[in-house]
Amino acid sequence: MVDLGIKIHNVEFKNPVLTASGTCGFGEELSDFIDLSRLGGIVVKGTTLNHREGNPYPRMAETPSGMLNAVGLQNKGVKNFVNNIYPRIKDIDTNIIVNVNGSTIDEYIAVTEQINELDKIPAIELNISCPNVKEGGMAFGVSCPSAEAVVKAVRKVYNKTLIVKLSPNVTSIAEIAKAVEGQGADSVSLINTLLGMAIDAEKRRPVLSTVTGGLSGPAVKPIALRMVWQVYNAVKIPVIGMGGIMNATDAIEFILAGASAVQIGTAIFKDPTIPVQVIDGISSYMEKHKIGSISELIGGLQM
Amino acid sequence: MPSNTKGMNKTVQDLLLLENQQLNNDNFLLKLKSPVHLSGILPGQFVNVEIKSAREIFLRRPFSVLDVDYQNQTISLLVKILGRGSKKLTEITPGQKISVVFPLGKSFTFPDPGDRVLLIGGGSGVAPMLFLAKMCGLPADNVHVLLGAKTINDHINVDDYLKFGHFYYTTEDGSKGERGFVIDHPVFKEQLSKFTRIYTCGPNPMMKAIAASAKKANIICEVSLENMMACGFGVCLCCVEDTNEGHKCVCTEGPVFNVNDLKW
Repeated sequence: MVDLGIKIHNVEFKNPVLTASGTCGFGEELSDFIDLSRLGGIVVKGTTLNHREGNPYPRMAETPSGMLNAVGLQNKGVKNFVNNIYPRIKDIDTNIIVNVNGSTIDEYIAVTEQINELDKIPAIELNISCPNVKEGGMAFGVSCPSAEAVVKAVRKVYNKTLIVKLSPNVTSIAEIAKAVEGQGADSVSLINTLLGMAIDAEKRRPVLSTVTGGLSGPAVKPIALRMVWQVYNAVKIPVIGMGGIMNATDAIEFILAGASAVQIGTAIFKDPTIPVQVIDGISSYMEKHKIGSISELIGGLQM
Repeated sequence: MPSNTKGMNKTVQDLLLLENQQLNNDNFLLKLKSPVHLSGILPGQFVNVEIKSAREIFLRRPFSVLDVDYQNQTISLLVKILGRGSKKLTEITPGQKISVVFPLGKSFTFPDPGDRVLLIGGGSGVAPMLFLAKMCGLPADNVHVLLGAKTINDHINVDDYLKFGHFYYTTEDGSKGERGFVIDHPVFKEQLSKFTRIYTCGPNPMMKAIAASAKKANIICEVSLENMMACGFGVCLCCVEDTNEGHKCVCTEGPVFNVNDLKW
């Protein structure tokens, strides 16, 4: 038996495979397809202080080896999560992590304070990288001072595990990672989607209602891998890698580049059983290469 | 109605392609054999089909269910070539396996025993109408099916379904049935008040025109929407329709909606 267990700050994960925010609902939506307790963790849909309707349709465009989305953080607000969703999912035998969003620092704080009260949420993922909202979101994640300000403020009100989700739409993601580490982040997750655009040549119009959207899927994997490797070499806190992972080999590449854990996102749209296939595939890889513990692989890239 | 209507869990399965039959210019009938029972699949629900072999086609393609043989565990899909994905799918040869996610979405609301129903299908929207005609459980005299297409060659052969209802056709060029759109047909224009329920699937302008008449005549009307989607099971939130209760996912809260819930 191989040991797939990892630790991020003080949270133990049975394996390094999590489902990414915005691609797995609240976990329940996948329960017909997979045994949720097999997952290392579930990062639930981005949550804001108030109900958000999100952006108008159309919100999606298929692109070569990927897709653009412009959902815009549609969610029913943190109170709905606390009162209606949390009771239904809290006893799933995996780590439930809430992705926290805000238009202002005060909103991030307000959401975090309410999530902090929930015993069975061991960590939050602070989303300073959503490209699809007009206010806040990515704006916080593209400069060191604003990233520092929001992480500092949230750190003050949250003493469980604080993961900060970084934007790839920056000149140096390693600088941003160092900045949030300096303000007490326990881990960073990357990458969120890359800002992109699709045009319908026949109609001579943008495909998305918002004109631009976030690119994800295998198309972004090389960029994500590069960024995970750069951030791993820049910070001491654990890195959670994501971006176009479709199978166990992709996941192992991220782990070799320095990721302690990975998130599966857009792949779920294509096949919701992929997260479990990735877990099984990592086990097989470790058996084949006689690796006893996944921790031996983290950052194990041979140069 | 099938004996088991409790529904079934959603699943991802490799289905064996038994037949891939070209029906006319751009419509194909795909018949697939499932390794698991299909007893929960109902008219109006859809499946999401993986199309391998091209980097341009990353996502699955959703198709309404045309028919299910519950005993033999086969499912039939009507595939109309609309773009790269559907084109590729029609090129797959029998004997190959295709990954399919099913059953997805909510079915049409089944009629009550005394209902007289009008089923209106346009383009590839005929598929769920034929399945509903077969499954709705009403005597054939109470089931009226109106099918519209551009020209005679776009109409598929529906001989297998004639015993389930009365069929009417329109074509834009008058080559089969009445000339014009489905809303120009006398069964719609002059006899609408005879019906207690209308079901429709097809292009949005067609369904909107039908919905407007149904509302005016105070007839229950359900429409099946085809918004672009990524996942098909309610996690990507891409296929939303703006309803009276805000954005709803067409894939899980639809694709069938009562028109009174839509902002049409």
